[in-house]
Order: sequence, then structure tokens, then C-alpha cells
Amino acid sequence: MVEAFELVVNGKRHTLEIEPRTLLVHALRDALGLTGAHIGCDTSQCGACTVLLEGRAVKSCSVLALQAEGTEVRTIEGLASNGELHPIQSAFVEHHGLQCGFCTPAMILTAFDLLSRDPDPDDETVREALRGNYCRCTGYQSIVESVRAAGAALREGATR
Amino acid sequence: MLKLRIARPSLVVDISWLELRDVAIRGGELHLGPLTTWDDLLRAPELDRPALAALAECASGMGDLQVRNRGTIGGSLAHADPASDMPAVLLALGAVLQLRSTAGERTVAAADFALGPFTTALDAQELIVDIVVPVPGAGSGSAYVSVEHPASGFALAGAAALVAADGSRSIAVTGIASNPFVVSDESQPYAGVDVFDDRYATAEYRRHVTEVVVRRALERAERHRQEDRE
Repeated sequence: MVEAFELVVNGKRHTLEIEPRTLLVHALRDALGLTGAHIGCDTSQCGACTVLLEGRAVKSCSVLALQAEGTEVRTIEGLASNGELHPIQSAFVEHHGLQCGFCTPAMILTAFDLLSRDPDPDDETVREALRGNYCRCTGYQSIVESVRAAGAALREGATR
Repeated sequence: MLKLRIARPSLVVDISWLELRDVAIRGGELHLGPLTTWDDLLRAPELDRPALAALAECASGMGDLQVRNRGTIGGSLAHADPASDMPAVLLALGAVLQLRSTAGERTVAAADFALGPFTTALDAQELIVDIVVPVPGAGSGSAYVSVEHPASGFALAGAAALVAADGSRSIAVTGIASNPFVVSDESQPYAGVDVFDDRYATAEYRRHVTEVVVRRALERAERHRQEDRE
């Protein structure tokens, strides 16, 4: 039994016809082809599905797509602008903040939430903020460095 | 619960758009809307006082950043997990819940709200509409301390303490029994309680940790109380 409803994702309006029980992560991946949000666990712990709802990081595996109706959803695909990487993305490239990349879109979006509220976090604050994002490759240090470098770049007025 | 197919309701009503998200102090009472998120609590200036410090201390340890953006105080209360942290804070602070349904409104003390693991006094289609905390008098301090299971983050034992200006104390414990509870005997906080003994921790370990978190919560509440007197 499908229903039609509207989602605004990365600034674009979409009308989806999906079952009401559809999780936001499945709506994004399967109905909209936005596969940057990854499914890494069954238990809402790994955070690989993180997207932004009204600029706040949420685990899209734990939100029904219907609940996002009327809010602004932003995925990793919506960060770059005119083909240019967002400063947080550039920082992850420059500071080797990824290996396999599975956790990376989510790490970047959580960092986006953090830096929008705390522009100059120290290492401990970054680590605390990333507690809901698991990485199995890097050991996290390069991720922390990437987030701090991104913060510095944003403070210096970088927009791209 | 839905994802695990433990709950299989035929109808789900999304209440997240109701105007029940609020932090306000009126007439010596703190009113918390049930849809107030943990992040809302952390940023509420009304809670930035030693007497109410336990609320923000508890909220800051909840889950992770994503969970704190979505999880709500009403949701935690209604879910009634035996190891949930905030209900212990509300017990120690003597909170009262305002419930509403088509049958009308009623008031239930937080202490009478949880009836068992994941079981509350809520009737079918009854909603928590307000969480009312009497603001402790000047010169009070409160605190929340827990020892978390490293993987899940749930409290193996957690204690909330309120120390009033006259030195009287109110303590509540969570994580060791079927519901958080108010402590009647400080020296044996688990007296008369059926303490969990499971693969996460033995009852003996939980009793030991309970003594530790009760002591630490009282010490921290006392420190906050000193701050309020300065």
C-alpha cells in the first residue's frame, strides 16, 4: 500500500510513492538514487546513514521517510556546489580522513552539524561529537584531524 | 522496536508536529514539553543553574549527537527502559507528569509512572503533555552520575541526587532493577530491590557500582550546592 508524499532533498522537491513504513534511508537510496547514505548495521549505532534534517545530523535508518515531510533534508550529494567540494570534503581529502570511504559521507555530515554550532572544537569535542559514527579503517585520528582542519578553513572564510 | 518487529502496531500516529516542545519556568515550576529533545535541554538557559544541573548532566551523556538531535524526554519516559537515565533524574527531583486523552487530563507522579520494564501507567491513546519539576529552592544542587556499559552506553548503574539548602537529600537509581526507583536508605541504596544479575554484570557488581554512583552523585550535587551559595 503506497502513499504519495513530498520530500525536499538538497533543495529539490520530490514526490515519492512509497509505503508509509519506508525508512528515510531507503527512500533516499532506493526511491531517489541518493546512495551516499549507507546502511552499516541493524541497530542504529554505526551512523553510516547520517543525513541532515534542518541542518541537524540524524540517523536516517531511524526516521520514517514520512517524518521528514515538510523539513529540509540534506545528503552528502548536496554539499558540493557547482562541482566544487565543500571545505569539509576538501579537508577529508587533504588530511586522509578516509580509506574505504564507507563511513565518510556520514562523518562529513556530522562534522557539518558540529562545526555549525561549535566553529572551533578541540580534539576531545570532535571525538565526542563523532561517537555516533563508527569507522573500521582509520582508527579515527585522521578523521579528527580532517574535522579540525575543516573548522579552521571555515573560520578563515572558506566557502569552497 | 518497530525495526526489530518487537512492536507490530496496525496504526502509527506521528505526534512529532504537536506543540509539545518547550522548556519554561512558571511560578516556581519547570515545565518540560514531552517532545523536548536532549539537545534542546542542553541549550536551555533555564536549566543552567546548580539546582537543576542533573538535567543537563544527564542529557549530555545520552547516546550520541544524532540521538540527542531526535531523542525526547517524553519518549524516554514512555519507553520506560529499565536503564534509562532521565527518569532517575525526574524521580530525584520529584517530577509530576500531566497526561491527556480523549477521556480528559490527569496527573501522575513520576514515582508512580513506571510499572515494570517497558511498562507505564499510560492508558491506550493517552499522551504525556507536560513534565513538571518543582524548582528546588536557592542553595540547592543536583547531579547525575552513571557507569555505562562500554558498548551500549546504557547505565549499568546510574544515580541522580538532589541536595537541598537544608541538607536534605533525594536520590534515585537506575539500571539495576526493573525500573528506576527512589532510594530510601542511602547507606544501602539497593535494599529491598531485586537487582539484575545477567551477562552484562552480576548483581554483586551492580550493587557495588550503585554505591559508587550514589556517592559520586551526592558529592557532585553538594559541589553544585556550594556554587549556588557563592
